[in-house]
Amino acid sequence: MSFEVMKDIFIKNWPFFLRGAGITLWISIIGTIIGAIIGLLVGVVRTTPIPESGAKRTVLKVSDRLLDMYIGFFRGTPMMVQAMVIYYGVASQFGVEINRIYAAIFIVSINTGAYMAEIVRGGINSVDKGQFEAAHAIGMNHVTTMKEIILPQVIRNILPATGNEFVVNIKDTSMLSVISVTELFFQTRSIAGSTFRFYEPFLITSFIYLIMTLTVTKILRMFEDRLAGSKTYDMVEETME
Amino acid sequence: MEKIIDINHLKKSYGENEVLKDIDFYVNKGEVVSIIGSSGSGKSTLLRCINLLERPNGGEIIYRGENVLNSRQDINKYRTHLGMVFQNFNLFNTLNVLENCTVGQIKVLKKGKEEAKEIALHNLKIVGMEKYINARPEQLSGGQKQRVAIARALSMEPDVLLFDEPTSALDPETIGEVLKVMKELAKTGITMILVTHEMEFARDVSDRVIFMDNGVIREEGTPEQIFNNPKEERTKEFLKRFLA
Ligand SMILES: Nc1ncnc2c1ncn2[C@@H]1O[C@H](COP(=O)(O)OP(=O)(O)OP(=O)(O)O)[C@@H](O)[C@H]1O
Ligand SMILES: [Mg+2]
Repeated sequence: MSFEVMKDIFIKNWPFFLRGAGITLWISIIGTIIGAIIGLLVGVVRTTPIPESGAKRTVLKVSDRLLDMYIGFFRGTPMMVQAMVIYYGVASQFGVEINRIYAAIFIVSINTGAYMAEIVRGGINSVDKGQFEAAHAIGMNHVTTMKEIILPQVIRNILPATGNEFVVNIKDTSMLSVISVTELFFQTRSIAGSTFRFYEPFLITSFIYLIMTLTVTKILRMFEDRLAGSKTYDMVEETME
Repeated sequence: MEKIIDINHLKKSYGENEVLKDIDFYVNKGEVVSIIGSSGSGKSTLLRCINLLERPNGGEIIYRGENVLNSRQDINKYRTHLGMVFQNFNLFNTLNVLENCTVGQIKVLKKGKEEAKEIALHNLKIVGMEKYINARPEQLSGGQKQRVAIARALSMEPDVLLFDEPTSALDPETIGEVLKVMKELAKTGITMILVTHEMEFARDVSDRVIFMDNGVIREEGTPEQIFNNPKEERTKEFLKRFLA
């Protein structure tokens, strides 16, 4: 059995596995955070009530259209293909070589943003209409209503979906090996190339992916519980006035 | 008498459905006006048009001499002068009781945190909820939620309080505690417009009662006039059904 081989490969190559895992995690974390922010912004714009007339109507209509195209494109094409188009497209059209890690973060962010935008839109639409009305009734404008009242509820509601995106991103960064980002999958392939073994290095790597995704899932679950708030409250006996 | 709100020829339709047909309505400073009428007669729509949660299709709403339907008017500023209490409370879910009463003061009226807290506590005391400032809405009973909602509205220090069936979503046991608070408020001289199915209460607290029917104001007068000597057939029918 190859357990001995596996151990041997790991002992000789662990810095590469570790560096690959680190880069995978780094790209996924930053990509998910930026993606979630993009998703929130896009979701807010797309759920802004369109006024019946005026310049604001035109601006909103046009931006809605553009955002629909953005979401449609990134959800409708494989990330691997997007990576090739963006990375080599920029390289050939502008003659500049972008840093591969930045390119990777950019692609993951913009992809996550497209998915999150839909999740955020659903999240905003599922908030009770009474919350908007109560906010408007005390004179809050749309932006304040969103920031103070609606988005905190939306964020709480979309946290599980965001965690899900994070886990998907940890796995999907493997596709970025097509633009030679030195993430875990790329590193494993190099190790496989230099040791002439495929089974063992990739088995090790599958464990590393599993550890990362399970840990992230666990941490997010704890975070969700924290956000839900305490089950009890303290009575205040004496209040100042 | 100073009219705080003066509404003329107000119209509102949803598609073909004409819900408010040429409504003339006013409320004087310090007055308590109750709006009664059968379901679907347009009571809520009128109230929601007053603070522009619904956009009227025609007519004017004069507040302090200005028509708020005029497009140059700052709707959000106008709304800070009206406090709204909803049937379903609509407390802000993610904020605790105190924050529910301060968020508008801080974010809309731009008051300092300390001042906002002081005003909030004062109003929470009025409704008897000052001990619950750390509780979140989901931890309160219906009656408690509605009392906090009243404190939230009061904390904006509005000129007029609007109530849309504030006790309709409550258990019979907790209706009393909310009505008691509202009765106390009515005595303080604050201007109130109240949509209600609580006829006893309306008779008790109102200076004037308005009977709405099918999108028009069918009859209005003092509580004695409306409840004891209604003139219109429709009013009599309605009251017979309700007071039976
Ligand atoms: N958003 C809306 N879209 C379409 N129709 C509406 C809307 N809101 C209210 N209506 C209609 O307007 C009419 C008046 O409704 P409104 O809620 O003002 O009645 P109400 O007098 O408050 O009744 P209730 O005592 O049941 O609360 C009803 O026929 C209702 O179906
Ligand atoms: Mg109603």
